Amino acid sequence: MAFILFLFACKKATEISAFIGFQQPANFPEPIYNFAGNSMTEDGFILGRKLFYDARLSRNNTISCGFCHLQTSAFTHHGHDVSHGIDDRLGKRNSPPIMNLAWNTSFMWDGGVFDLDLQPIAPITNEVEMDETVENVMIKLRATSEYPALFKKAFGSEEITTTRLMKALSQFMVMLVSNHAKFDSVQSGLSTFSADEQKGYTLFQAKCSSCHPAPLFTDHSFRNNGIGAGPNNDMGRYDVTVNADDKYKFKVPSLRNLGYTAPYMHDGRFLTLSAALEHYNSDVQTDMPTLDPLLRSGIPLTAEDKTYLLAFLNTLNDRIFITDKRFSEESQ
Amino acid sequence: MKYTLLILAIVAFSACSKDTVTPDSTKTGTLSIQFDNIAGDKNLQLGTGVYTNAAGEKFSVDLLKYFISNISVKNSNGETYTVPQDSSYFLVSEEDGTSQFVKVHVPEGEYTSLTFILGVDSLRSTMDISKRTGVLDPSAGMDDGMYWGWNSGYIFFKMEGTSDAAPIDASGQHKFRYHIGGFGGYNAVTFNNIKTITVDLTAAGTAKVVDGRIPNIHLMADILKAFNGTTNISLAAWSTIMVSEYSINVANNYQKMFTHDHTEN
Repeated sequence: MAFILFLFACKKATEISAFIGFQQPANFPEPIYNFAGNSMTEDGFILGRKLFYDARLSRNNTISCGFCHLQTSAFTHHGHDVSHGIDDRLGKRNSPPIMNLAWNTSFMWDGGVFDLDLQPIAPITNEVEMDETVENVMIKLRATSEYPALFKKAFGSEEITTTRLMKALSQFMVMLVSNHAKFDSVQSGLSTFSADEQKGYTLFQAKCSSCHPAPLFTDHSFRNNGIGAGPNNDMGRYDVTVNADDKYKFKVPSLRNLGYTAPYMHDGRFLTLSAALEHYNSDVQTDMPTLDPLLRSGIPLTAEDKTYLLAFLNTLNDRIFITDKRFSEESQ
Repeated sequence: MKYTLLILAIVAFSACSKDTVTPDSTKTGTLSIQFDNIAGDKNLQLGTGVYTNAAGEKFSVDLLKYFISNISVKNSNGETYTVPQDSSYFLVSEEDGTSQFVKVHVPEGEYTSLTFILGVDSLRSTMDISKRTGVLDPSAGMDDGMYWGWNSGYIFFKMEGTSDAAPIDASGQHKFRYHIGGFGGYNAVTFNNIKTITVDLTAAGTAKVVDGRIPNIHLMADILKAFNGTTNISLAAWSTIMVSEYSINVANNYQKMFTHDHTEN
């Protein structure tokens, strides 16, 4: 109860305080994003949020970023193995969560994008996502009555450029920090794990944390976790590096907010966390040369182990993050 | 194109009739570098021209674009002048005549050698988006753009066209699409197709830069060389070359496509 009260107090405090910009949580490392190249302001953040939820970013004004990245699902496309974009065209990968991007060393499942400021170009121009050009998005924004003024507020003049458009989107996205899970409050001594969660945490540290280290729960590497090629034979990281050693490798995803982001894996093939855990227990495909060496024998897990692990993984869900009004479509 | 040549010839003659001016290296002048795209012994004509590669395959070109950047010139004393990088990115497009005349400002002097990159250097390829203005602005679409949004990087050289030799594609056409890029990778080492090209100007005419005149280094860029070279590229076998190791063969071929025809001083 004390914990809940504390969170409630915190939240109220944020709502009434002035815009404080990006803040590095105490238990997080230094961010990777180059904040020196993008001065955060409340106007920039508000503009970025408006752009994030604006369907003008797509060819026929139907698909916004928020369409496939819903806050209630930790900014994923909950319930979709792969996302459908413009004209109901299907993509080939599961929409990843947008959270803690300031710490990402690369973006996308294959790491093809290396700078958050360049990231939105990919979905905007992808023909199955938004199928638009950034150039045309800017033409549409310039023709509106509201955007030139919003750009002026954020950047000092009404001019709408690629740089400003991307920096504004980044200002919104880097603010999407998820660090209010139960795990975090345990870390800061404000809460304690239940017995099951504690057992799960111990198992996690022994069996999972080499690829999913706290506090971000990813080491940002690319690995083949032995789920085998999907029907579309997506080779992941290999498409970007053209290095045979990268075949079928995908970015290790963060485990934060797993409770909101089903289905799982790059193609959303596992509908439940239990299915994902069972994969590591019994179904790791060992016939590929690029299989991660740590998974040669899978990760043996008893039924009890799985129960404890699931209990622990649930402590990574951050309800405050998915309900934070500052990030919501309705807030504008 | 014939008219352009005619006009240039007139310009060249009129330039010849001018008095000689001694260059003053403390002053700068404009240097023009012309990229005249040809296919073997034919002028390149988008859409209508039919050419044959070394593999014996006939093809037409519908689109040709490439980046020229990081220009430097060397004078007869062996001194090199490098154009400030922010002013040294150009996109040559066959459908845009103006783009084929790259203009830079260099100190007055007589230049015997020209160096440029075909493509975009790796440093600029990883710079903050605010340093990617003008032709480097990644805002153009996937179709006509020179930037890969999904795999952050510039397309250095883009040539598309049709050939009966190319297999029929999903759109029902016999198209070929060569999108050559690759700056070496940001967080992993990947192929590097950045080509630094040096053209000697002594044989076909040095460039004499003097304020008030615009000497024009007339280069021929033979697109047949993209197909023909160390590796003869077959359209039947390779109708699409984009992010792949095979693109290295095309880049190795096309780095030899430039020849200096003459200089109009």
